[in-house]
Amino acid sequence: MKTTVSRRTFIKGGLAGTVAATVLPEKKSQAATFEGYPDGMGVLVDLTRCVGCRSCEAACNEEQKLPQPEKPFDDFSVFDEMHHGQKRRTDETRYTIVNRYDVPGLDHPLFRKIQCNHCQEPACLTSCFVNAYTKTPEGAVIYNPKVCVGCRTCMIACPFYIPTFKYSSAFNPRIMKCIFCYDTRLKEGRPPACVEACPQEALTFGKRNKLIEIGRQRIRETPDKYEDHIYGEHEVGGTAWMYLSSVPFDQVGFDTHVPKEPILNYVKDFLGIVPMVLTIWPALFAGFHLLATRKDWLKNKNEDTHEEE
Amino acid sequence: MRTRKKLLRTTLALAIGSVLLWPQPGSAMEAADAPETVEINSLSRLYSGVDFNHAMHTEIATCVQCHHHTTGGEVTDPNCIRCHAKSGESDTVSCQECHSSDRFSKEDLSKRDNPALYHIDKPGLKGAYHLNCVTCHQKTGGPTGCQDCHTMTEAGEKMFQTGKYAPTETTGGEHSGH
Ligand code: SF4
Ligand code: SF4
Ligand code: SF4
Repeated sequence: MKTTVSRRTFIKGGLAGTVAATVLPEKKSQAATFEGYPDGMGVLVDLTRCVGCRSCEAACNEEQKLPQPEKPFDDFSVFDEMHHGQKRRTDETRYTIVNRYDVPGLDHPLFRKIQCNHCQEPACLTSCFVNAYTKTPEGAVIYNPKVCVGCRTCMIACPFYIPTFKYSSAFNPRIMKCIFCYDTRLKEGRPPACVEACPQEALTFGKRNKLIEIGRQRIRETPDKYEDHIYGEHEVGGTAWMYLSSVPFDQVGFDTHVPKEPILNYVKDFLGIVPMVLTIWPALFAGFHLLATRKDWLKNKNEDTHEEE
Repeated sequence: MRTRKKLLRTTLALAIGSVLLWPQPGSAMEAADAPETVEINSLSRLYSGVDFNHAMHTEIATCVQCHHHTTGGEVTDPNCIRCHAKSGESDTVSCQECHSSDRFSKEDLSKRDNPALYHIDKPGLKGAYHLNCVTCHQKTGGPTGCQDCHTMTEAGEKMFQTGKYAPTETTGGEHSGH
């Protein structure tokens, strides 16, 4: 199922259902105290360096064992694709996408890589009522598909439209999104596959704090080349993946209206829509079952925190 | 270890260039002192190596454009000049001496943690090549397509799922599409 146009309207519809929601007890927000890890890693994406070669897309497909694409990764006609009036976006078959932007006044196009931004205080995590998500000390936001009930709250909560779902059966939903190559690479201190594949070093991997230092240095030393802003340093409370651009960020597809604080507060409002979502979802029964067994699961959680894929 | 051997050859070529043809101390290195061709292949997995025509490039670019301050030429970049105005020739001018081929490894990253280090943002070897070559080629109309400079290997075709690994009507497009 494609999710391009419907999310906003979905949210609106969902909010209408909040009346019904108030009967449910509010989620105990243990996540409210969560903050980013000081030594967390990140990636600085420099749009002035990206040439749109799609090596990162190919590497991600290979690393994450994603299905074969419709077109080869050296086919650049994908940049002209439009789906419901929008450029390509990430979904359950591709965790990362590179899109081309023809900016007025520029003699060359710009390219922007999209994937999960691995927020410091992730809205997907705080919104998930079965705690399927984890922010690891290394900086990755990963998930445990075994506890996900497929309610799609995280999909609505994410300010960057990242989580998508794969349904092998109505009772077996599975979140699909970029996991920062956590289990195969990041965990061992290795850079993600997309970073390693990038010929242009448009993707710089390192400690998030260091990346901010690097970003500032690039802006300071070549002020004509860059907008004086690191997107993601403060957006939604900070993200592990951050961006530099030569043009204003809204001209290359970035949402510049996202709040500077974590989405958490907004998510609390969103939580009201969970029951609404659930009632329209066949996973309802799976959800009840999970809620019933959740205590046991939480008890075991500490013992197998590496269960996530 | 085909790659190793070739790499060694390149390094040797550069080393010989440095030893035999090094100009008198104090004078800037001459373009004529440099090797004719340099085989760039230390990273060739997805693409074959590049036989870089160094001699040709010395005719269309100055040494400092690629070698920065290391060849002893006049440094003009306002950022570099702060320290390298008079730093003169370096002992070596080969790319890989300064640009690490294990960029983003644990060792590489921890070296950059040194708070006294200015060059925290020095590109790795692959990044250095491409940033230097592609940026200039874009400005001067040189080749910019990946395969304009190096042909894709079979491993590359596999990863890019192209050529004989290209998706067909029956295999491709598990993506829900439109
Ligand atoms: S970008 Fe979206 S999916 Fe990724 S961590 Fe942030 S809120 Fe979660
Ligand atoms: S970090 Fe890994 S999962 Fe995420 S986009 Fe890059 S290769 Fe894909
Ligand atoms: S591999 Fe690097 S240069 Fe190529 S499209 Fe991806 S980010 Fe851009």
